[in-house]
Amino acid sequence: MAEGMTGLVHKYLRHDKKFPHIWCPGCGNGIVLGSLIRAIDRLGLDKNKVALVSGIGCAGRMTTYADFNTLHTPHGRALTFATGLKLSREDLTVIVIMGDGDATAIGGNHYIHSARRNVDMTAIIVNNQIYGMTGGQYSPTTPYGSKTTTTPYGMVEHAFDISALAVAAEASYVARGTVYHAALLDQLIESAIRKKGFSSVEVLSNCHTQFGRRNKMSSPVKMLEWFKENAVRMHATSKMKPEELQGKFIIGVLADSERPSYNEEYEKVRERARGISKEPNPPARCEG
Amino acid sequence: MSARKTERKVLLLQGNEALAEGALAAGCRFFAGYPITPASEIAEHMALKLPALGGSFIQMEDEIASMGAVIGASLAGVKAMTATSGPGFSLMQENIGYACMAETPCVVVDVMRGGPSTGLPTLASQGDVMQARWGTHGDHPVIVLAVSSVRDCFEIAVFAFNLSEKYRVPVIILSDEIVAHTRETFVLPSPDEIEVFDRVTPTVPPEWYLPYEDTGTGVPPMAAFGDGYRHHVTGLTHDERGFPTQRSDEIDAFMRRLFRKITQGFHEIQRVETFMMDDAEIAVIAYGSVARSSRRAVIEAREHGVKAGLLQLVTLFPFPRRYVEKVLNQCRAVLVPEMNIGQISREVKRVRINGSRVETLNRVDGRLITPREIGDCLIKMYY
Ligand SMILES: Cc1ncc(C[n+]2csc(CCOP(=O)(O)OP(=O)(O)O)c2C)c(N)n1
Ligand code: SF4
Ligand SMILES: [Mg+2]
Repeated sequence: MAEGMTGLVHKYLRHDKKFPHIWCPGCGNGIVLGSLIRAIDRLGLDKNKVALVSGIGCAGRMTTYADFNTLHTPHGRALTFATGLKLSREDLTVIVIMGDGDATAIGGNHYIHSARRNVDMTAIIVNNQIYGMTGGQYSPTTPYGSKTTTTPYGMVEHAFDISALAVAAEASYVARGTVYHAALLDQLIESAIRKKGFSSVEVLSNCHTQFGRRNKMSSPVKMLEWFKENAVRMHATSKMKPEELQGKFIIGVLADSERPSYNEEYEKVRERARGISKEPNPPARCEG
Repeated sequence: MSARKTERKVLLLQGNEALAEGALAAGCRFFAGYPITPASEIAEHMALKLPALGGSFIQMEDEIASMGAVIGASLAGVKAMTATSGPGFSLMQENIGYACMAETPCVVVDVMRGGPSTGLPTLASQGDVMQARWGTHGDHPVIVLAVSSVRDCFEIAVFAFNLSEKYRVPVIILSDEIVAHTRETFVLPSPDEIEVFDRVTPTVPPEWYLPYEDTGTGVPPMAAFGDGYRHHVTGLTHDERGFPTQRSDEIDAFMRRLFRKITQGFHEIQRVETFMMDDAEIAVIAYGSVARSSRRAVIEAREHGVKAGLLQLVTLFPFPRRYVEKVLNQCRAVLVPEMNIGQISREVKRVRINGSRVETLNRVDGRLITPREIGDCLIKMYY
């Protein structure tokens, strides 16, 4: 395994200049990057045809290290750049890495609309429940009651459920994993990339430095144990009572549906505009 | 050749439509935007025309997203544009800065309306001149062009794309509500009459490619994502390879190259038009729809024996200093009429070296400055 992983590191990470990386020792971002390159390798994608797009934050730095076409965009805007890329270069597999603040605070609107629009791309949200890079301020996913540098007396807002948001906006594929359940994460990312349309993979990840340290989980191990103890597999939920699910989070595939991607729909628009398509314009449909 | 000439079409177009046509003629194949008066017709025209050309139109969730999508498309090797008005232009500033930093060619149209804030959605203004120059944070050069007629809208759109491709910069076109919605007949040039410049792409093997290398022109060749030149693009200040740097020598070289590539191109970037300037003793310096009023005013003033002329600024930034200086040296007085309280007149005064007289004429009530108003001023200044 180690040898296999070392091989993958050489194959997919940039060798020169950009190492050592900026992440704290034990940071979950490394595990997410590992899962991502294993998934890409299993899919057999050509590195020249992969575009990795990210926003700003610790998670956003992933693009610096991976040897693809990489695009590090302003805070929250990664999905918008990715949309332009994918519409202009169909042959690219577009994968977007964002932090929780990136995707749901400053970029929240882009996230919802990307899910709704269904452009063929994969969003991976590294949810460490905190603003890691800027020094541990609260994010929209910081749990109620937590201590952060901007909630010194405890968090009084309620957290977003990122994946529920994507399900509500009808993304084609929605999944949640954690950095503790790495094998599952590999599978989730692989399926998400394979899926046509917009896929979202939320990854609960440890930021022991900024979140754990202030919330009685100062080591990576303690945080991983917390993920292990509170994660419930999707298939197990049917046998559980709502009270049992209190304070837990569900991991696995949360939504998986077939819906033509924006790209497929727009190809039809091109054909209609050229007068090639015999297909009439789609009937107006009330989706209420 | 002759068969192609027949492709010339006479059209009755409004400024916004002509601008969209110009963009298409320049090779624009991607448009992302968000509806706003008085710019929406540009988006509507692109939505109609792009799909049959194999391009893409998309209406994004806001102007921040529109500008992001435009940059993404450009990085994929496609010429891309967005169009908006004041409120949307404010939202675009963040990503316009990104395009400056990552040297991503693109064209941004701001059809000016009254501001600040929601202002006057259906009335004209020239209030965004300095925002076009300095709207995004950080020290940076920028190219800003102004249009004054339907013909201009077409031609300047082509010029804007050519400059953006050649210098790898966002180019901003300032239009205004009057130019945007005025309909005029216009002879659509045939494709072979239009000079189109496409960005230079690398010829070296991928292992040798330095995406932000200094070159003689200061403009590095640009590879598209997906073409085998895997590289990194970031809004962080970066080295020649595109990776973030904190080294002062690399930062300094990068920043100076950004400016130098534009400075070296002044001769072709700075475009002006002159009208009756040969023997002029008094001149109007104007741009946009006010330049048209000024042209009329010059003719009328001449009928009153005033030796007047017009310097019309097509390029507002980099400020065409040498042309303005020449006019200041030649004339005993200069009038700068603007639909703001004085944004370009400040630039004119900034480059004035000999203490020549610079007067301003300003309207901020959403109405065009009339030829009569300008003419009266010229007569008063002359006698
Ligand atoms: C427009 C803008 N506002 C604020 C910042 C400062 N900033 C940088 S990273 C960040 C938050 C990062 O949090 P998150 O997205 O959760 O990523 P993490 O660092 O936790 O991986 C902020 C607010 C910025 N770069 N840009
Ligand atoms: S601050 Fe947190 S998220 Fe950022 S590198 Fe350190 S552990 Fe990881
Ligand atoms: Mg975070």
